[in-house]
Amino acid sequence: MNRQTADHATLADRFNENEPRVDWHDQTLWWVRAKRDKMARSIPEWEQLRDTASAIKRNALGNLYEYLIQFEQQATQNGAIVHWAADAAEHNRIVTGILQQHGVRHLVKSKSMLTEECHLNPHLAANGIEVIDTDLGERIVQLAKEPPSHIVLPCIHKKKEEIGELFHEHLGTPAGNADPQFLTAAARQHLRKEFLQAKAAVTGVNFAVAETGEMVVCTNEGNADMGAHLADIHIACMGIEKIIPQRKHLGVFLRLLARSATGQPITTYSSHFRQPRAGQELHIVLVDNGRSRQLGREDFRNSLKCIRCGACMNTCPVYRRSGGHSYHTAVAGPIGAILAPNLDMKDYADLPFASTLCGSCSNVCPVKIDIHQQLYKWRQVLVKEGHTTASKTAGMKMMSGVLSAPRTYRAAGKMGRWVMRAFPGMVNNRLNPWYKQREMPAPPAQSFSQWYEKNKKS
Amino acid sequence: MKVGLFIPCYIDQFYPQVGIATLQLLEKLGCEVEYPQGQTCCGQPMANSGYEHLTHQCNSLFIKNFADYDYIVGPSGSCVLHIKDHLHDPAAETAATHIRERIYELTEFLTDVLRVQNLPARFPCKVGLHQSCHGQRGLGLAQMSELVAAPFSKPEKLLRMVEGVELVPLDRQDECCGFGGTFCVTEEAVSVKMGKDRVVDHVKHGAEVITGTDVSCLMHMEGILRRQHAGVKVMHIAEILNQNIHEQANS
Repeated sequence: MNRQTADHATLADRFNENEPRVDWHDQTLWWVRAKRDKMARSIPEWEQLRDTASAIKRNALGNLYEYLIQFEQQATQNGAIVHWAADAAEHNRIVTGILQQHGVRHLVKSKSMLTEECHLNPHLAANGIEVIDTDLGERIVQLAKEPPSHIVLPCIHKKKEEIGELFHEHLGTPAGNADPQFLTAAARQHLRKEFLQAKAAVTGVNFAVAETGEMVVCTNEGNADMGAHLADIHIACMGIEKIIPQRKHLGVFLRLLARSATGQPITTYSSHFRQPRAGQELHIVLVDNGRSRQLGREDFRNSLKCIRCGACMNTCPVYRRSGGHSYHTAVAGPIGAILAPNLDMKDYADLPFASTLCGSCSNVCPVKIDIHQQLYKWRQVLVKEGHTTASKTAGMKMMSGVLSAPRTYRAAGKMGRWVMRAFPGMVNNRLNPWYKQREMPAPPAQSFSQWYEKNKKS
Repeated sequence: MKVGLFIPCYIDQFYPQVGIATLQLLEKLGCEVEYPQGQTCCGQPMANSGYEHLTHQCNSLFIKNFADYDYIVGPSGSCVLHIKDHLHDPAAETAATHIRERIYELTEFLTDVLRVQNLPARFPCKVGLHQSCHGQRGLGLAQMSELVAAPFSKPEKLLRMVEGVELVPLDRQDECCGFGGTFCVTEEAVSVKMGKDRVVDHVKHGAEVITGTDVSCLMHMEGILRRQHAGVKVMHIAEILNQNIHEQANS
């Protein structure tokens, strides 16, 4: 992948150079959160639904092995070909192998965060296979040569004028036309050609039902269906945590997913794929890529309950003001910040710290993942594993030393306040990140403890 | 009822008036209050930075200072939550458990333990209430806007007992202010932007004073307000609840 060297704080700092744009990004996503609130409130048993979904996922994760085997048996009986991939590289090899076997040089792909996580597109490109992303938002970021910035709204960071320019450059639409309806129609014409030409279609999977071996793919654009129904080969790629035990459980998740994601009662299409049509090949690639490892981490296990609705991103006050790309990983936002360190602690050691631990994410989550508590726990793990700096450790040790010795603490406080009053420039300077855009608190002559000593002590 | 007064370190050093108001208010309501002089910090700055393993000395000190009280009360939801969630000491676990069960943030102590029904306070002013996250979501001081559940707010209930207080509505009733402990300096850009946006919401709706249950959030917003030379003040909720009925606002 395009490994970024800059951390979240640096990338967020850059994002904040254009404040009106930050305002626009924040308000756009807050509007989605508000739509979600309205939809959630239209269901009196909303909290019960969340409890139920969380419990079903708990069961699925607790018995994952059995459910996966059951799913494989059912899917194979239905006529699908099931593949197992231990990691991203194996997943990419399997998909490339299927395509090469059939001489496919060109394929359409509907949204799949798993293939983003595995960096399938660049891998296929390196093997001479062209991928056309057919989700409108994903197509837009693909044309812009950018990764998605949001798992549900991949191009939410782009303004319509910028999309107009991209389409002018790549699809030949008239310069200066940024009318969303016009641009969508142009994209539709462009994508239709791609759908008709493609021999193979890759789709993601929202839910895989162990009981029946079927997969459910949720889209608003019907692009997964267009791809899968027209192509000779359908390859469905899924993380192993997408399993749910029974078909009846779909009723719980489908009610929660779109309401949480975009404030819609349900996605326009909830398509069930069970067996290949005559003459078609249906491949299902079951991918681990660190999920078993995460399942073994008790504190972080239930991060695998995630149904990728993106509600935690829309509600996150940090995400809204730092943008998805600041997380430099396929799944951004609070959920990304607890998933990514499992993939690579060193590369993603910054992410659990990109949070105020406000807890809004945990309460908006439709499957009740304790996201902010896991952020706190990841911080402890990362420091213990050495993914911190020597200066931070030294600073923390000093702070701990001062704060656990009352006399030192009082002397340091008194001295500090005196310095601040006598030489305000010592703290009010460029080296103090607080002071850059905020005034320091006015240091009082006496602390509370000094006041108490004088006025209260009997 | 013996109450141990827990005054977090930054309040002790920078906002003594909040400690004084808390003490006076509790005494006014009939509590026998003591401030153990050996206290420093709850350990949260280290723990939230990933160094919870460096907090054991702070924990032992906290237990030493507060083990003997019926209740421990502090004017900070965040520090109280930290103690409630993380105070442990293998050498004194019984005392640690007692403290975890008996520590209260000031407003929840007033509404849930003292069951205050009215307050002899007057503060004629337009007030914006900032719901600090750790108090709200962690201690349950107020209902969270994400949940489909009946609304309530303990600090708001108390403010409504104060004669003359006019609470202003907000566009975002419980969005984080962006302080976040060390986040405020390690993620300076986002922290400040969050703070600026919170402040705008209050100012836009005509707040003359922004109040809340956590001085850390208020300190952050105050820093922004003062840099902007805005006339809006911040006051901890204890300072408003402790306003004498005969005094003028803002005096």
